Amino acid sequence: MAKLTFDLKNNWWKLIAVILVLYTVIGGFLIKVPRIAIVQESVRNQFFHVSMWFSMMILLTTSLIFSIRYLSKSKTKFDLLAEEFAYMGIILGILGLATGSIWARFTWGAWWVNDAKLNGAAICMLIYLAYVILRNSIEDEIQRARIAAVYNIFAWSTLLPLLYILPRLTDSLHPGSGGNPGFNIYDLDNNLRLVFYPSIIGWTLLGLWIIQLRVRVKELKSKLEDIS
Amino acid sequence: MKKWILILFSNLIAFSVVAQQEAEETIEMADALRASGKIYVVVMVVTVILMGLILYLIRLDKKVGRLEKDFSEKIKS
Repeated sequence: MAKLTFDLKNNWWKLIAVILVLYTVIGGFLIKVPRIAIVQESVRNQFFHVSMWFSMMILLTTSLIFSIRYLSKSKTKFDLLAEEFAYMGIILGILGLATGSIWARFTWGAWWVNDAKLNGAAICMLIYLAYVILRNSIEDEIQRARIAAVYNIFAWSTLLPLLYILPRLTDSLHPGSGGNPGFNIYDLDNNLRLVFYPSIIGWTLLGLWIIQLRVRVKELKSKLEDIS
Repeated sequence: MKKWILILFSNLIAFSVVAQQEAEETIEMADALRASGKIYVVVMVVTVILMGLILYLIRLDKKVGRLEKDFSEKIKS
């Protein structure tokens, strides 16, 4: 019988992840939200759709930091971390696109509109998918790590203009675009903030947990290859 | 005269408040759903799904941990 107790000393952040994500779902459904025409109850998507993008940004930025550290230190561990952080970020980004599409269908009336914010987000995801393809197409480990790290810096630097700068230069349906400061109507509401900020931390920590598992499995695998 | 202006003014304020409330109430929210308590069913369902996924993640975590332990013991022997 396996012991069911959790090693809290090293895994306390996993407990926080669980608490925050559950709080997000329960609180996200039950708190009072501002009454906004058309958006109505779907404003609660902020705790799920918007936090996907915020968490993605945190994870991809961490991936960038590990890529830079790999280039300066050439440690394989940094390459592995950069890879896994980027993969989890891509997953959150794809979830962000999918949930945004659903939200758009029921508030703007179409699954996809040719909007600077939406197209920019789609292009970002394609650029990051190219990162995955690039990694998988290079056999030599050191070469792969170096080229992937350089590409990661390029990919990350397209994020800010495509997601935040360009949409603000044009008209956009998406909140936070078209010259407005981000979250003008929603962010003023303190009730939304009460769940929104914890939700970002919760989803990010949950992503971190999955990243840690994948890194541990990969390290075991490479150790196994070393002794055999 | 002063009294009449005051009455008119207070009426205007009262009307504008009522109008605002009416405008807010015409925006359809899930008030009935939340009031009747049925939203709790959805919250429970989503919580169960999330708990299931988290439990799965915990199990996976334990499995990897056991593998790591077995591996380090094998290296020692």
